[in-house]
Amino acid sequence: MTARVGVVTFPGSLDDGDAARAVRIAGAEPVRLWHADPQLHGVDAVVLPGGFSYGDYLRCGAIARFAGVMETIVDAARAGLPVLGICNGFQILCEAHLLPGALTRNQHLHFRNRDQVLRIESAGTAWTNAFQPGQEVLIPVKNGEGCYVADAATLDQLEAEGRVVARYVGNPNGSQRDIAAITNSAGNVVGIMPHPEHAVEELTGPSLDGLGFFTSALKHLVETAA
Amino acid sequence: MPRVVVDVMLKPEILDPQGQAVANALPRLGVTDVASVRIGRRIEIEFTGEPDLNQTREIADKLLANPVIEDFTIRLAEDGETVDAQP
Repeated sequence: MTARVGVVTFPGSLDDGDAARAVRIAGAEPVRLWHADPQLHGVDAVVLPGGFSYGDYLRCGAIARFAGVMETIVDAARAGLPVLGICNGFQILCEAHLLPGALTRNQHLHFRNRDQVLRIESAGTAWTNAFQPGQEVLIPVKNGEGCYVADAATLDQLEAEGRVVARYVGNPNGSQRDIAAITNSAGNVVGIMPHPEHAVEELTGPSLDGLGFFTSALKHLVETAA
Repeated sequence: MPRVVVDVMLKPEILDPQGQAVANALPRLGVTDVASVRIGRRIEIEFTGEPDLNQTREIADKLLANPVIEDFTIRLAEDGETVDAQP
């Protein structure tokens, strides 16, 4: 049976179309979810896409956290539903307290838009099991508020528990300890600042490396169903 | 109408690049004796009835401020306190 992966559209989402396309190219059925509809329509995993939900008013992700669909996703994520937050999706996961820390204004204040090398640090999550630890991947980064911050104790805990999922090779925004992606303690919720959904086709991406994040989730679903 | 004022500021240990950019612009105004600038956010809340400080605290804690990076203070607007900044 084809896995069904939900992609949420908030007012101001930008990359929901690309995320749905990446899901389809990875071999799953994308299911479009609407921010005001609390139903998950039986999806097996969820992607929170990039963009500027609610105009980034107040703080990035702060208002999206209270969308009807998010309350359902928070409960489902705590019960093990694989959830990937990309860029604005990562910010929403932090605001919803599914992931620790916060994303703040890039230290140099510039919007950073470029192809970015990442080093996969943890291949033990639902969204990175198709990679090898230490593997370098090339995917686009594009953000103005992508600087990951947390207090030293939280950073130490993330490192000690192997929850730093990917680091920048050449930090584009000042993120502490070069953190580009983190996971929750169960490994089913991952937030990543760069955009794997933009690196799934030769025509439009710098590589096909982004596909691995989506095929990982499918592999995870097969393994957990077995 | 009674108002509650919430001031949200980045915690001291969090870098404020916006504030730094403003501070770096001050010498162009001829101002050279400013050590630092930090930028926050002021939110004014009007209740339909009496101002509810406990409810305001909850609003601030859950939505207006992100406790990971920000602190907030709450106060009642003084009678006659003007909302508009003086020129």
